[in-house]
Amino acid sequence: MALSTISGDPTQLSLGECIEVLQRGDLASVDLCRELLDRIESIDPQIRAYLQVPADDLLHQAEQADRRRAEGDSRPLLGVPVAIKDVLSTADIETTAGSKILAGYNPPYTATAVQRLLDAGALILGKTNTDEFAMGSSTENSAFFPTRNPWNLNRVPGGSSGGSAAAVAAEMAPAALGTDTGGSVRQPASFCGVVGLKPSYGRVSRYGLIAYGSSLDQIGPLTRNVADAALLLETMAGPDSKDSTTVDRPISDLRAALNERVDGLRIGIPQSYFGEGLDPEVEAAVIQASRVLKDLGAELVDIEMTNAARALPVYYLVATAEASANLARFDGIRYGPRAASDDLLDTYRKTRGQGFGSEVKRRIMLGTYALSAGYYDAYYLKAQQVRTLIRQDFEAAFETVDLMLAPVSPTTAFKIGEKSQDPLAMLLADIYTVSINLAGNCAISVPCGFDSDGLPIGLQIIGPSFGEKTLLHAAHAYEQATEWSSHRPTLTPVAPDPNASAEDESYET
Amino acid sequence: MLSQNEVRHVAELAKLELSEEEVERFGDQLSSILDYFEAIQEIDTSSVSPTPHILPLQNVMAEDRTEPSLSQEKALANAADHDDGYFRVRAIFEE
Repeated sequence: MALSTISGDPTQLSLGECIEVLQRGDLASVDLCRELLDRIESIDPQIRAYLQVPADDLLHQAEQADRRRAEGDSRPLLGVPVAIKDVLSTADIETTAGSKILAGYNPPYTATAVQRLLDAGALILGKTNTDEFAMGSSTENSAFFPTRNPWNLNRVPGGSSGGSAAAVAAEMAPAALGTDTGGSVRQPASFCGVVGLKPSYGRVSRYGLIAYGSSLDQIGPLTRNVADAALLLETMAGPDSKDSTTVDRPISDLRAALNERVDGLRIGIPQSYFGEGLDPEVEAAVIQASRVLKDLGAELVDIEMTNAARALPVYYLVATAEASANLARFDGIRYGPRAASDDLLDTYRKTRGQGFGSEVKRRIMLGTYALSAGYYDAYYLKAQQVRTLIRQDFEAAFETVDLMLAPVSPTTAFKIGEKSQDPLAMLLADIYTVSINLAGNCAISVPCGFDSDGLPIGLQIIGPSFGEKTLLHAAHAYEQATEWSSHRPTLTPVAPDPNASAEDESYET
Repeated sequence: MLSQNEVRHVAELAKLELSEEEVERFGDQLSSILDYFEAIQEIDTSSVSPTPHILPLQNVMAEDRTEPSLSQEKALANAADHDDGYFRVRAIFEE
């Protein structure tokens, strides 16, 4: 088969476009994969989005996919490569959660969400970089190296799904999976100018996701457009007997619903999210986006979300408490490197002390403290009570509006190293995203402009729990009425520098 | 706000060995984060029940049925040290 009868570079194809050209026979999966692997080889040394790229396996499976297609296999994602954040278990592909404590870990099983993509015919392009155990907002907390923003290599890509966002933005993957506990899909999507969706809690199985905050985590797609995100969500969503927190709520016909009009949709603008602390250019872009939706027929309504504005401490107390329990299993016994020690308890202390990075240790300690005797009521219990108030805010608001608009983050991508010395400053970057995880709602980040430094700005649209249909059709309408999603960063391939060190800047804090 | 002794106590609960420098640095950093968290104390929650879980799910059960599961070989495959089908570890107490 000819390499390609398509014009243009296959790496520029969205997920939907890949599917079309593969189905028409204009491009073979093996050639698409080769193009992407070439692009990764020439571009990723500057970006460092990937931790693992199992190239030989990928090409072998792409050839198999091409053969199956010729035999009549018509599965929806047949032969399409997708990048996977390294907190998701993939059998026989090293999975580290961005941490040294899992270096060399080879999962004996694959996460359900990933398996569902594989069952639909998709291929694993590679494992992407992440803040260690998904704890962070910049991917600087990866134990291995930071990922750089394709729009400006001195800036962070956001986090914790920074690798996935950067891979999609830099055309090193048509789509990727990330995870979102407090904004970790939406914020890097915003910083990298791609679409990032956090499904409602309970939509997508967390089986095989290395857990951070079990009542907050959700797996979500990062894509070039809203339709691609809808397709991936449809493929992954649905009850799973291996995750008792999944819910049986059908999500079919998402893509058909995309083209519905937004006339009469009531969209709330939470006033407390605008004003102090929000970058004026980000604010202007979000307000302009609201006007686009108004011109399309939506009705804008000012709303108040008083408790959601105090969500940060609640989030950090709940998430770190859950994390302190979830990360107790990393002790050097069943997986990962084991420190030399004199007795069993010392095995735990040394393995964990050496294997975890600073941010992870800080969060484990915060969570442990919040749950410890004498402090449980003042911190953890109190946080769970305020969480109820936050949920009630959202429930009340969604009785008067169908969706909400907000910024994703107070700023655009900050400089590498700018916030890594100040853990509190880093936490504040999550201020607009965490309340959605606490309440369990769905939300999406779509590109809505650029600041005067040329950095992407994301618009956050928030939906009620299990309201993805409305959320996605409004996001699609906005996207189709603007052309932000078609912008791409300019990157030139550089020959890898044999003298460059991955450790030339220290990120340890 | 957090004394170095408290930091050491919490580190022991979490089985994390910290250097002296980490004890001091984490103490400062955690204290400033906890100061910031004081903001939630002023919220009135006297008649609010906590949200341990956000979905209206209760007692999701599976049938008690034997099914194929992880083989012993796979279960041991990632272990730093194993012997005769067991994970081999240090003794809990020194002899």
